[in-house]
Amino acid sequence: MTLSSSVLSGDRLALARLLTQVENGTPVGRRALDELFAHAGKAHRIGVTGAPGTGKSSLVNQLARYYRHPPDGADPCRVAVVAVDPTSPFTGGAILGDRVRMRDLAGDPGVFIRSMATRGSLGGLAAATTAVVQVFDAAGFDVILIETVGAGQAEVDIARLAHTTLVVEAPGLGDDIQALKAGILEIADVLVVNKSDQPGADTAERILRNMLELGHPVNSERIWLPPILCTVATEGRGVPDLAAAIIRHREFLQLTGGWQVRERFLLQAELETILHAALVARWREGISEEEYHRILTELVERRISPYQAVERLLS
Amino acid sequence: MTERKIRVLIAKPGLDGHDRGAKVVARALRDAGMEVIYTGLRQTPEMIAEAALQEDVDIVGLSILSGAHMTLVPRVLELLKANGQEQVKVFVGGIIPDEDVPHLKGIGVTGVYGPGAFTEVIAADIRKIVLG
Repeated sequence: MTLSSSVLSGDRLALARLLTQVENGTPVGRRALDELFAHAGKAHRIGVTGAPGTGKSSLVNQLARYYRHPPDGADPCRVAVVAVDPTSPFTGGAILGDRVRMRDLAGDPGVFIRSMATRGSLGGLAAATTAVVQVFDAAGFDVILIETVGAGQAEVDIARLAHTTLVVEAPGLGDDIQALKAGILEIADVLVVNKSDQPGADTAERILRNMLELGHPVNSERIWLPPILCTVATEGRGVPDLAAAIIRHREFLQLTGGWQVRERFLLQAELETILHAALVARWREGISEEEYHRILTELVERRISPYQAVERLLS
Repeated sequence: MTERKIRVLIAKPGLDGHDRGAKVVARALRDAGMEVIYTGLRQTPEMIAEAALQEDVDIVGLSILSGAHMTLVPRVLELLKANGQEQVKVFVGGIIPDEDVPHLKGIGVTGVYGPGAFTEVIAADIRKIVLG
């Protein structure tokens, strides 16, 4: 039995091992991704991003709990969590600590948590996160929660992977000028003010609301206005409303055709990422190490400009 | 991207609340270039084995200061095996009386590190055990 067929039959150990192969970009992982691709495309991918310490992991914990124990007697979803933490640019090592906040999910066979290190990627995810999500999707998980590294302003890769992106804020992180800036707030489908029992929470909410009102047309029914939800993740307060907002966003996408548009966009983003990597790899094969370093040296000695160096490398 | 990363789970089973040692080791292994999954305090052997499976780690480090190592360590080894992860190695740190060390090593523990152990030695041991 191949790894991918074991994964499709629900073997958790095979799933864990395949995720490693996929993360390491091995030929075994590549082949399995090809085999599994037709089985993916069903899961709701929910991204959770925001600054370090805003409570992303705790929120993911609470959302996963909610999906496992829906209050209205609905069938529980199978939930996968992909939690990304940063790799040290100096040593290549990493501390992956998101599981600490997810102890409530232990012992539940309907939940699978996988921690990933960024391994040099800068957009808030690891290069292999898309592929890991693909495997979970094919393995039949209904909901995939993707937690980015603690993100600042420009780590917006999650918007190229998730159907629904949550941007988590906490009180005291900045004024209205911060809220006006381009970047992370623009990718929010749902805004969350976590730690809303702390002083300054209503200010944080008001700043976000003002920011939204500056930009969106008021009279369009076909436009999704990101709702602002207040939560206290450590206690689970506000989580049912947050889950409802996420479902409303999914329904909105499905109703307006936005889901297909997003799917196309997500797959195009993935295609182009892989294409870039493949083109660079192919080009690298065609040029000798000596040639490359000779041109690099000329650049360092300022005999040619970076643009001229690229022209030389590509000619 | 194809470079082999060593993945280590650092866990604290049992009920004592002292996690400084576990954090020191986690930090040292991070600085040695490993990916360290840190699970925090008060883990049951079941939780540890489950995390080891989901994370597909190469080795598990258990920090125990409660004196319950003769119960907890065999239980973790047993559960790893039951999950089909008999290849996953286990090392132990904390307060372990000398007379218990031979028994722990006898059941498959690769190393026992008490107070004063050098983190460089722990990292080097892990590298040797995992990469061969």
